Amino acid sequence: MPHFKKPAEGSWTEHLKIGTEPVSYEDSISPEQYEREREAIFKRTWLNVGRVEQLPRKGSYFTKELDAARTSVVVVRGTDGEVRAFHNVCRHRGNKLVWNDFPREETSGVCRQFTCKYHAWRYDLDGKLAFVQQEGEFFDLDKAAYGLKQVRTEVWEGFVFVNLDPENTTPLREYLGEFAKGIEGYPFHKLTQVHKYRAEIGSNWKLFIDAFAEFYHAPILHSGQYMAEEARKIQKYGYEALHYDIDGPHSMVSSWGGIAPPHDRKMVKPIEAALHSGLFGPWDAPDIGLAPEDLPPAINPSRDKRWGMDSFVFFPNFMLLIWRPNWVLTYHYWPTSYNTHIFEGTCYFVPPENAFQRLQQELAAVSFKEYGLQDGNTLEATQTMLESRAVREFPLNDQEVLLRHLHQTARAYVEDHQRRGAEAGTPATS
Amino acid sequence: MASVFPDGFEALEPFADWAVRGEKARYAKRLASTMDELDAFYNVAFPLLQSSKDYLEQVSMEGISEQDKRLLWLFCALVTVAFPVEAWRQPRVPDSGPSTIDAILEPAV
Repeated sequence: MPHFKKPAEGSWTEHLKIGTEPVSYEDSISPEQYEREREAIFKRTWLNVGRVEQLPRKGSYFTKELDAARTSVVVVRGTDGEVRAFHNVCRHRGNKLVWNDFPREETSGVCRQFTCKYHAWRYDLDGKLAFVQQEGEFFDLDKAAYGLKQVRTEVWEGFVFVNLDPENTTPLREYLGEFAKGIEGYPFHKLTQVHKYRAEIGSNWKLFIDAFAEFYHAPILHSGQYMAEEARKIQKYGYEALHYDIDGPHSMVSSWGGIAPPHDRKMVKPIEAALHSGLFGPWDAPDIGLAPEDLPPAINPSRDKRWGMDSFVFFPNFMLLIWRPNWVLTYHYWPTSYNTHIFEGTCYFVPPENAFQRLQQELAAVSFKEYGLQDGNTLEATQTMLESRAVREFPLNDQEVLLRHLHQTARAYVEDHQRRGAEAGTPATS
Repeated sequence: MASVFPDGFEALEPFADWAVRGEKARYAKRLASTMDELDAFYNVAFPLLQSSKDYLEQVSMEGISEQDKRLLWLFCALVTVAFPVEAWRQPRVPDSGPSTIDAILEPAV
């Protein structure tokens, strides 16, 4: 018996015109498919690499490892205030330009110029080659022709994106589509208190998005996180979302919950009762200048009073979670091989005014981590058995509709890229 | 010599080693502790947290004193310790095996 209304078609899956048949996860266990995804997806779509707050002043920079696209970029705020990104490679002999101690680790800082560690070639913040050591030893070197290789960079609501495909001219805002337009105006810039976590996960990148794009698992996998009576109640109810939607390659799920304070204090753990906070965030939402009913239209799209949070999947690997108590969580999944990826989870809060609010935020951030640890290891268990290929088809229910959409989208990008490669007469990427 | 914590929190002095800066370090201390040690800390610190909402609400984050900073970090450690004490009954998240999620960026205080 459904607790929330479904579309007239009887299910979200049929409403969104996505097949209902069992699915294959071959796309998550095939090294060959991963190589195709690198070419078709990670080298060709807009990737969110950070926030403008990471670049507070002229000369502020950070590097981002994009293993899936076989590159590293350095993102920098120029002397003109513009945010630019460059392939992180020196034009002289190909050394990685910006790194500290460990070439594969990300770094950040403030500088006036980038200086290569190898032969001290120097580049301005806008990428121009400014200095060549023993320039006279070179042969007709035209410094203007050896600037850093620039990467298309655009900013949406403070989120910095890069696109490594020089031929992709789709503007970021157009690519992000209707959900992004409908989120614009949310005061992300007020949420500057950041807790960021990182994990190396032993699964295909899509499998972790799957885990966070459905909450069907929550009453079971996370039952130990609830008080015993509450866990039984939640398992009996199961999980139903308020609303699902897709827009091109992107998708979203709108969820109930997190209404604070909970009607029944017995359902919360002692630490949650003491701090008035939990996984859904502090129960007392800070003022962000917007009441829940005045939030931009893509947030809580069904305008349900029971609304708790929205989770947007911006293809390929950026998830944006907006919570009712006025905080935001982002997830990024950076593939490192067909069965490994780096997961980043970042909590954004309004800066706390006092020690109690600071503790409320700590509980929300730590709760996310405790849940994430349960998810992360389950993924490795899933990956290893999918790779056995002992079972090849898996049924998905209506609350797992976004999983179907994600895998279909990823396969469609690969097929489309291969078709265009064939049409252009170049061999399809292996 | 000034005491480790603000007046009224003397009972926490035996647990001053939980006033650790950074979630990563606090989590490491949790994993390195026995359940008896976690219970002992929780049993003293939790009732104090419950009765200290008014006090903590008047501690401004701006210009926070060293004593209040230590108290805040100790209560942050209590948040981390509350999961094994209230839910898991073991220091590690069950079934989390070798997996880790590390804090790589945190508030300065």
